[in-house]
This record gives sequence, structure tokens and C-alpha cells, in this order.
Amino acid sequence: MHKIIEWLENRTGIETAIRSFLYEDIPASSGWHQIIGSTAVFFFVIQVFTGGLLAFNFAATPGDSYNSVRYIMLELTGGKLIRGLHHWGASMMLIIVVLHMVQVFIYGAYKKPREATWMVGVVLLLIVLVFGLTGYLLPWDNRAYWGTVVTTQITGSAPVLGPYLTRLLGSEEGVSRVTFSRFYAAHTILLPPLVIILIGIHIFLVRKHGVAPAVGDIAPRKKFFPGQVFKDTIGVATAFIILFVLAVVAEAPLGKLADPTDTSFTPRPEWYFLFLFQTIKFFKGPLEVLGAVVLPGVAVLTLFLVPFIDRGPLVRLGKRTFAFAAVFLAALAWTSLTAAAVMTTPPNPEENGLVVTAENETGVQPWQQLSPLELEGLVYYRKQNCKACHPGAGKKGVGPDLTQMPVDHRNATWLIPHFKDPAKVVPGSSMPPVQLADAQLTSLSAFVMKLTPQNEALIQAAPDYVVQGALVYQANHCGTCHQVAGVGMKLGPALDGVGQRHDRAWMEQHFRDPQGTSRGTIMPPYKFSPEDLDAICKYLLQLPKLS
Amino acid sequence: MEENHSHESAEDVSPTRRTFYILLINGIMGVIGAALAIPAAVYLLFPPKARKASTWVKTADLSTIPAGKPTEISFQRSRADGWQVVTEKATAWVVKQPDNQVIAFTPNCTHLGCAYHWDDPSHTFICPCHTSAFSIDGKVLGGPAPRPLDRYAVKVEAGILEIGPAEPHA
Repeated sequence: MHKIIEWLENRTGIETAIRSFLYEDIPASSGWHQIIGSTAVFFFVIQVFTGGLLAFNFAATPGDSYNSVRYIMLELTGGKLIRGLHHWGASMMLIIVVLHMVQVFIYGAYKKPREATWMVGVVLLLIVLVFGLTGYLLPWDNRAYWGTVVTTQITGSAPVLGPYLTRLLGSEEGVSRVTFSRFYAAHTILLPPLVIILIGIHIFLVRKHGVAPAVGDIAPRKKFFPGQVFKDTIGVATAFIILFVLAVVAEAPLGKLADPTDTSFTPRPEWYFLFLFQTIKFFKGPLEVLGAVVLPGVAVLTLFLVPFIDRGPLVRLGKRTFAFAAVFLAALAWTSLTAAAVMTTPPNPEENGLVVTAENETGVQPWQQLSPLELEGLVYYRKQNCKACHPGAGKKGVGPDLTQMPVDHRNATWLIPHFKDPAKVVPGSSMPPVQLADAQLTSLSAFVMKLTPQNEALIQAAPDYVVQGALVYQANHCGTCHQVAGVGMKLGPALDGVGQRHDRAWMEQHFRDPQGTSRGTIMPPYKFSPEDLDAICKYLLQLPKLS
Repeated sequence: MEENHSHESAEDVSPTRRTFYILLINGIMGVIGAALAIPAAVYLLFPPKARKASTWVKTADLSTIPAGKPTEISFQRSRADGWQVVTEKATAWVVKQPDNQVIAFTPNCTHLGCAYHWDDPSHTFICPCHTSAFSIDGKVLGGPAPRPLDRYAVKVEAGILEIGPAEPHA
């Protein structure tokens, strides 16, 4: 062992390098207040490590990326923990970087000759923010998608540069596949080496100028190792314990797959951007660009130029009243803006993409009370993107709120002619004709008539398997003999609550050979494709008993 | 909290305190390293949790398969591929025994996975890659193949041959 080290030292000088790194002289006044920088570096290492692990199982395409994140969290052992560490690590890293900056600011450690160290630090802070911004999109759930829509719009509103930035982000027509790829490439390929280089420069500069001593510290200097390294280690360990507990206790969120047509979702950025989000609200109309771009730009520039703004000699901590006041005011502003944003955030429908199935839900959902015909209507409602103009939920859209439809419109004889030629029924309507067959328009009108302010959002939540199953039900005209939700004929038994009478195996057998399972029945055998069989069984089994 | 006294110099760190520091630094870093390395190893090495999916596929009417002559059948099967369930074409070499028992071989040579075929004149399965040869019951007759042909689980229901998961030859 000793020989190997000696050989390595001879050929590379690595031992000397490590020694000179560890046994660097630091001021006698160094101590606990300087452990935050090391902790920030440690968190960067954690993010690289966990990010690399996530990338091993990540599909870098929108949609698929969602599935792969879900796969990581639900099917891979330890996947929740790894993603938790990465998710919470991102937030904690930002907190630590800001704390580091506050410490340096209060101590005035940016003063000559350490201006460049500070400026590199500000760039690093910005990159951490860009990391957060780009990483936010990658799981491609509603939160990610809509949050990024807002971000790209803000970027696009920048004076002069706006259109170019929009093109750079591939977001001319909203958040696109191109946007996704660019965010992914920035997050995983471009930024990590950039940060490594900048951290390298940052640490090099710290070493070049030495750790900033306190005013009047003329005591003999001490060694970095092991005293200060020990303190750093305690800091790192404390932060790591907090992170690990967070990752275990608080599951990293994953909502529903991003739905660009879902206008009911209220976009919110990640918590550390909420204050910016709130700031924009104070600037209306043409002034918005002030709050969105100019103000943050000026703030960043000011931060960047702090060493040149405050050029006085270093004074004792107790005399840096102005620095303390600045930090206090910034913290106050940040806190109140963030609090205001949190308080004005309407609750989004409980979104959890990590619930394995809807089948184990107890209680009857509003969508379970829809007849197959109405569910078929929901399919067309979704395909025709009715919600784009009729957002409902009291929101203003191009078209009126369908949940508030007057009673005399709530019938097929008014709705169907209106679907076919909107302007003829409602003069001046800009609604395009709905291009569907008559039978399809019937189901669409049946669905639209069901909408009320109370059930609207809940009905939309009808899962895909139910809707698909209802389509199979309709296509095979099951309603000619059976009733569901009081709709259909009574030649055969009503199917409400059929799942309580029969199981899946019985049902499949029954479709294959009705006589075999129900002697004397007049039901003909049905040969479904495996997908259709799966859909119709799942659909029928979830049907609630009529109360 | 004696180390908080900021006027200690390098020489002030006594040998015992120095040993204590180094011990704790290494210990804590070791624990953190393990707390990261163990979950990472588990995450990378443990297989994904099994999914509930019907893996039996109806393939062919047994009466259409000639007895005693290997027949290649193809069918659609769904399988979990990472985060996706893919439906893909799969094939099997099916041998119907005189007593209507069926063997279904997976279509890849047990050597390096090439697709083999049935050679009627020599009455053997022959792999074109490294000339491995297998008998009609899958036994290795020659070449580098390390084990007999792998088989699918099979069952016959109502005259229809159903093919299940591949099970490596014991």
C-alpha cells in the first residue's frame, strides 16, 4: 500500500496536491460561519449523483418521460428515495447557496480583492436557478407543463431579445417537444460541466485570495485540516440528514400526465420562483415587462455589482448595519411576496399520478354516474377540445360557461342544430361547426347537458379505461338489451353494480360463451379483441350499484 | 465547544483532538457515502416490481399443427419493456407430439441468441451463426450451444394452443 502511494506520488504528485489543499493556511477567525460553501459543493455532488441515477431510467421525450418517472417511483426499488433526494436536494441546494451568499454579504467578504469570487458566485446562483427551471419540466405532469408555459411566456416578453429567446426555447407555439429536448439537454449536458468549471474557478479564487479574515484578525493562521474540515463535515452531515429525512418522509410529487388542453389547471412555479410570479401581478398591461424582466434584471445586475457599489473598507460585523438591513428587507420582501402568492393559489384538483388504480377507490365518483352514452359524449368533448373555448368553472372563455347553460338549451333539439351550424342558432357566434355524425352529436349533447358547476371538474376526471370501455359498450350496442344508470333496455339484467355479482374471469367467460355461464340466456357470444375485452370488463366492473 | 475559540493555531490542535477529528470526518463521510451507495445499488440492481399482466396468449388451433414436425408459429404478445407495455410479434417453434402434448421452443439459439431453423433433411434444428444443432426435443447435438433449447410454458384450452412466459431449460 505504502509503495503504491509512493509510486503515485512520484508519477503524479497527487499526495502533495492533496496535502497542500488540506493544509492550506486559513485565518484564525475562520469557523462555523464558513461551513456553508462546502455544504453547497456537497449538494452539487448529490444532485449529480442522484440525477445520473435518474437518467439511467429516464425517457427524454415528453409523455414517455412521465411514464418513466412513474416507473422509477412505483416499480423500481429505491426509486422513490432517489427521486426524493434529487427533488428535495434541488430546493435545499438553492437554500444553501442563498445562505452562503447572505453570509458572504453580511461579512463583507466580497470586498477587494475578492470581487471576482463574488461575481462568479452570483453566476453560480443563477445557474442553480436555471437548473431548477429546466428540471421542473422533465417529469411532464400538469404542474411541470403549465409552470413551464408561464416561464416561456415570461422569457418571450423580454424587450428586444424576447422573440429570439422564444425561438431558442422552441416555444413559438407553446411548450413543445423541442422545448422539452432543450430543457433536458441544458439540464443534463450543458449546465453540469459549466457548474463544475465555475465551482473550480470559484474555489481557485478563494484559494488565491485566501479565506476572508475578520477585521483585525492578526492571530497566527491555522490549518484547514482537520479543524475546519471537521466543522464542514458536521455542516454537511446536518444538511444531509435533513435531506434524507425529507426524501423518505415527503414523497416527491408527480401529478397527472400533462394535458395541454386542460384549462382548469392553475399553473404555479416552484416555490422559490413564487415571489417573481407575484411581482408580475403588480404590473398591469404594458408595464408587465417591468415586473417580469426589467426588475429581476436590475436586481441581478445589482447583486452582481455589489462589490463595486460597496467599496468602503471592511468594518466589524456589528457595524455593518446597512448590510444587515439590506438582507432583512430582501428577506421580508421575499417572504411577503411568497406568502401572498401561496395564499392566492386556488387549490388544484387533487392530482396524484402515483395512485396505482382508480379501481380501489371507495365512494361513487360523479363520472361513475354517467351513462355509457354520456361517457361517449365525453370522448368527443375531449377530442373536439370544447374546453378550450368553454373553460367553465366560472372562468371567462371565448364561449359561455357550459355549466351555466340555460334550461331551454339543455335539450338535444336545441343543442344538435347548434353543434351543426352554431351561427344559425346563435347569431353572431364564432364557434366552428362540430364535425361529427348525428349519433355522435347525440352523445355529445347528452354529455353537455349533464354539466353542472358542482360536478364539472370531477366528471372530467373520468379515467381513460372507463371512457374506452364505454366506447366498446356503445359500439357493440349493449344498451339494446342492458341498462346502465337507468339508460337502455331491460331485456337483459341491468349492469349497475355487476362487479359485486361477478368477477373478471366470469365476465370474460360470459362474453365467450354466454350459455355456459348463464343457462338459457339469449345473449349472443362476443369476440372482443384483447384490448376491447380489457376495456369493457374494467368499465363494467367499476359500475356502481344504483342507490 | 472549545473549538469555537477562534484563536487556536495549527499547533494548538492536540494530537488526541486531531485523531478525534479525523476519525469523525472519515466516519461521517463513510456513513453518508453508504447512505447514497446502498440505495443506488438497490435501485440499479433490483429487478422492477412484477406487474400483473396476463402473459398467456392464444396462438393457434392445435389441429392445424402437424404432429411430429416442428412448425414455426407467430403471435402477438404484450410485455413490460421498462416503463412501457409493448405489444410485439413473437415466434415459437412448436412440436406436437403424437399424444397431442405440445412443446414450444423459444426462437433463439441458447448460444448467442441467433434465430435457428428446422432443417428437415437432417431432422435437426440448426443455428446459422455457429452451427449449433439441436434434436427435435431440443437437446444439443453439436456446436457451441451450452444448454438445450429454452421453452415457453404451454397449455391447451378448447383446442387452442396458449403460450405463456418463456422458462429457461432447467
